[in-house]
Amino acid sequence: MFNSSILTIITFFPLLGVLVLLVLDKDKLSTIRITAFTASLFNFFISFYLYFNFTSETAGMQFSVKKTWIESLGISYHMGIDGISLFLILLTTFLTPLAILSSWTAITEKVKGYYISMLFLETGMIGVFVSLDLFLFYVFWEAMLLPMYFLIGIWGGPRKIYATIKFVLFTMTGSLLMLVAILVLYFMNYSFTGAYSFDLLEINKIPIPLGAQFWLFAAFALAFAIKVPMFPFHTWLPDAHVEAPTAGSVILAGVLLKMGTYGFLRFCLPLFPNAFMDFVPLFSALAIIGIIYGALVCIRQDDVKSLVAFSSVSHLGFVMLGLFTLNLQGVEGGILQMVNHGISTGALFLIVGMIYERRHTRLIAGFGGLSRKIPVFAAFFMIVTLSSIGLPGTNGFVGEFLIILGTFKTNVVYAVFAATGIILAAVYMLWMYQRIMFGKITKPENENLKDLNWREKIILIPLILVIFWIGVYPKPFFVKMEPSVKSLIENANVKYEENKLFGESFYKNSQQMKQIKKVVSDQWSVTSYMSTIAKNE
Amino acid sequence: MDWSIPQINFQLVLPEIIITCFAILILILEPLLSKDKKNLLAHLAWIGIMIAFIANLKLWDLMETTFSDMFIVDNFAIFFKFIFLAGSFLIVLVSIGYLKREEMVHGEYYSLILFSTLGMMLMASSFNLVIIFLGLEIMSISLYVLAGFKRDDLRSNEASLKYFLMGAFATGFLLYGIVMIYGSVGSTNLEEIIKSIAFQKGGTDLLLWAGIGLLLVGLGFKIASVPFHMWVPDVYEGAPTPVTAFISAGPKAAGFAALLRVFLFSFVTIKVDWTVIVWVMAVLTMTVGNVVAIAQSNIKRMLAYSSIAHAGYVLVALVAGKEAGVSSVLFYLLAYTFMNIGAFTVVIALGRKDAENTDLDDYSGLGTRHPWLAIFMMLFMISLAGFPPTAGFMAKFYVFSAAVKSGFVGLVIIAVLNSLVSVYYYLRVVVIMFMRPPVPEAKPISLPLGSVLVLLISTWGVLQMGIFPQSLLALAMLSVSSIF
Repeated sequence: MFNSSILTIITFFPLLGVLVLLVLDKDKLSTIRITAFTASLFNFFISFYLYFNFTSETAGMQFSVKKTWIESLGISYHMGIDGISLFLILLTTFLTPLAILSSWTAITEKVKGYYISMLFLETGMIGVFVSLDLFLFYVFWEAMLLPMYFLIGIWGGPRKIYATIKFVLFTMTGSLLMLVAILVLYFMNYSFTGAYSFDLLEINKIPIPLGAQFWLFAAFALAFAIKVPMFPFHTWLPDAHVEAPTAGSVILAGVLLKMGTYGFLRFCLPLFPNAFMDFVPLFSALAIIGIIYGALVCIRQDDVKSLVAFSSVSHLGFVMLGLFTLNLQGVEGGILQMVNHGISTGALFLIVGMIYERRHTRLIAGFGGLSRKIPVFAAFFMIVTLSSIGLPGTNGFVGEFLIILGTFKTNVVYAVFAATGIILAAVYMLWMYQRIMFGKITKPENENLKDLNWREKIILIPLILVIFWIGVYPKPFFVKMEPSVKSLIENANVKYEENKLFGESFYKNSQQMKQIKKVVSDQWSVTSYMSTIAKNE
Repeated sequence: MDWSIPQINFQLVLPEIIITCFAILILILEPLLSKDKKNLLAHLAWIGIMIAFIANLKLWDLMETTFSDMFIVDNFAIFFKFIFLAGSFLIVLVSIGYLKREEMVHGEYYSLILFSTLGMMLMASSFNLVIIFLGLEIMSISLYVLAGFKRDDLRSNEASLKYFLMGAFATGFLLYGIVMIYGSVGSTNLEEIIKSIAFQKGGTDLLLWAGIGLLLVGLGFKIASVPFHMWVPDVYEGAPTPVTAFISAGPKAAGFAALLRVFLFSFVTIKVDWTVIVWVMAVLTMTVGNVVAIAQSNIKRMLAYSSIAHAGYVLVALVAGKEAGVSSVLFYLLAYTFMNIGAFTVVIALGRKDAENTDLDDYSGLGTRHPWLAIFMMLFMISLAGFPPTAGFMAKFYVFSAAVKSGFVGLVIIAVLNSLVSVYYYLRVVVIMFMRPPVPEAKPISLPLGSVLVLLISTWGVLQMGIFPQSLLALAMLSVSSIF
């Protein structure tokens, strides 16, 4: 009973917080802050239930709930999670309270609206990760844009309006084309099964002709590639990040970007395996360009925040490279790296926010020698910097190592290029750290900086703990995600062969194909199907 | 000579009769009431609409024709009448406060609204081209007067005259079209037309095609489609705001009712041929509407172009045809009525007697000045832009899915790119309201009870149709069977 409603509760619990916030007086700032924080923290505790009750014995969807939503169109309220989405949900519920806590003193205007947006955003993000119905997914995907739009547009920096509109328009360009592709899939499913359904698990079962796969994949991939963002669709990211308030950047980097990579795994690979595999060279190349280009741009940044923003382009390049290896190591490394990036880059943005609150500048040139004045801050900053580079013992190492290992198996050249990204990361991160923290204090403003207060420590300590946890003992993560990743890759390979064999002719002679399909789905493997034919003959 | 009055089933025209009676009653009472009691007429008007609504409800599932097959009552017509009556009801409510503020409380205003509604209802129920013409005229002439209802305002006068001149031309085209179709097939009855076209072997008659073209011009004018849209911005800007809201909801829906009935019923056998024209019209209408809307600095003009763009989306559904296409039009127009009237209600609320405050700059910082009003406006804007979970998204989704179903994927791609463009100008209103510093206000705004009600009803409609659309979707699907 609880198992089937837990996802609904986690998704919509923040809205309960919104309801409470709505009735609160807008001048009672601390009550508003505490309410928002409690709501998100409580949601984090609820999400523990997922972690502890998640079984790694099955690759299927767990905690699933399926109810009819809009009957006439075959739209269902279908939610469920597997080893891929589990950690992204935990990441979301983990980062949101921290982000809310970090805006305690940074946000002083329109406080109520700010926290309402944050909580709406949390609902939208979790909804994206739990939806198993394409329509439901799309609703959350789009609905989540609006709170982010407000977060950047109202509480952002000087060029906020430009940044926020650019963010919305970029994202929507992709997602509207994806909507068309979803509709096409919907009717393909209808013409094959005779039933209207947006259910992902149903649509997964139908074979899709190769030509159609190409276009459908292109539409989905564009939406996700913009979100990731892959080179050359990344131009919205630096603007959005630099203008967004700290918490907005944390959520944007920590969770929103993962929706793109998650989309590739959840939708593109199972639905269009053939197109996916045909596109591997292109996407790997783009990922590598992203890694190196992002890193090179980072070296030249004057502004810490835009440096961290561009480093996201580089890190997400690693994730994409891992996903497109299509082997166990690469994909698992990619998923883990999604979490890692959320933790490390989230922490970096928080740290940048903290120093910005003190000095009201983010220019690297405005700092220097801070380590002597604010040693605790320096220590935290160092750990996070190292984790972002991928030093052994921190989370970044595990993810990047697996990705490169997976890449080596498929293509040595890719791996060699990708590995230079890690070196470049060390260059720009350490150089940045050195310029800010070491040397002599050149600016008089930096003389009287205050070190971290208890609230800021509370924000950073959990992040540091997770950094080391994943770095030292990542096994629980892999145990939970392995069955799902394995079956994802296996199913994709089976479907790849199957589509190749029959894909083109499926719709020409659908009655006969239905029979073939039945045999195939009974056996669920092409080889056994071939042997059945051989026996019959 | 032996002739008799044909059997007439008056029950079928009861909603129309009720509306007519109330309209006339208001006209009669108007000179008898003293100036401060004229508000009673408004209450009379909405009560009349409610009664007609109930009478309309009783006719559900009663597929019949009367007046020698000129007038038809089927679920399609009934659904459209719901849209018209709902729109007029909201407009009457919002007009009470507006007319008082502008000091022009005249009873004939409500009477004209009712007459115009009557015309729309006739158009939805027509089973004969002549009735379409009659309904269109009743509707339009009332609207011409309404557009110029601010008698001492030059812009209002200009709007009225422009609307009248262009409208008269359009009606002329429509009438020519009807005549030519009659000349070609020998009847104006919609069912006879089908038979004759079949007899003509797929309609190769040039006269018929000229008629169809002229019909499309006439109705295309009413639904504000490109290239017959020139009147829209000026009329929308000049007319009193409640009238603008009224024009954007009901008459447009009525135009579509007639368009769907004629093109998808009578001309369905030659759909392949006229689809090309409507396809081009849909693309032009969406693109021109959306692109030009970006350049507007007056919110009424912006909403005018947005209304053109929305006509384009509905035309996509007309291109799609079939059951799904028609029911998506019904759903879309209902959703559009709610969100558009809601948006105009906020525009009305911000106006003053001496200043309409319709520049986009007047909305600066509305989120700080009047948070609730701004939140309502935001909701209507994101619904018009088509964000989930609002009615606007569901409606667009349904239209696009109908078009994909009929195989017009290219058209749908153009449509979604257009709605991307629209996101820019709808969200700009939100940007101005929430992300700009507030401007000082001359006088505090007053929000009469009627407007509050309209805002709440529209919000309910927008959210209900966006989150739990099942019941209304099912209703829209049940309403189309008689066409096919």
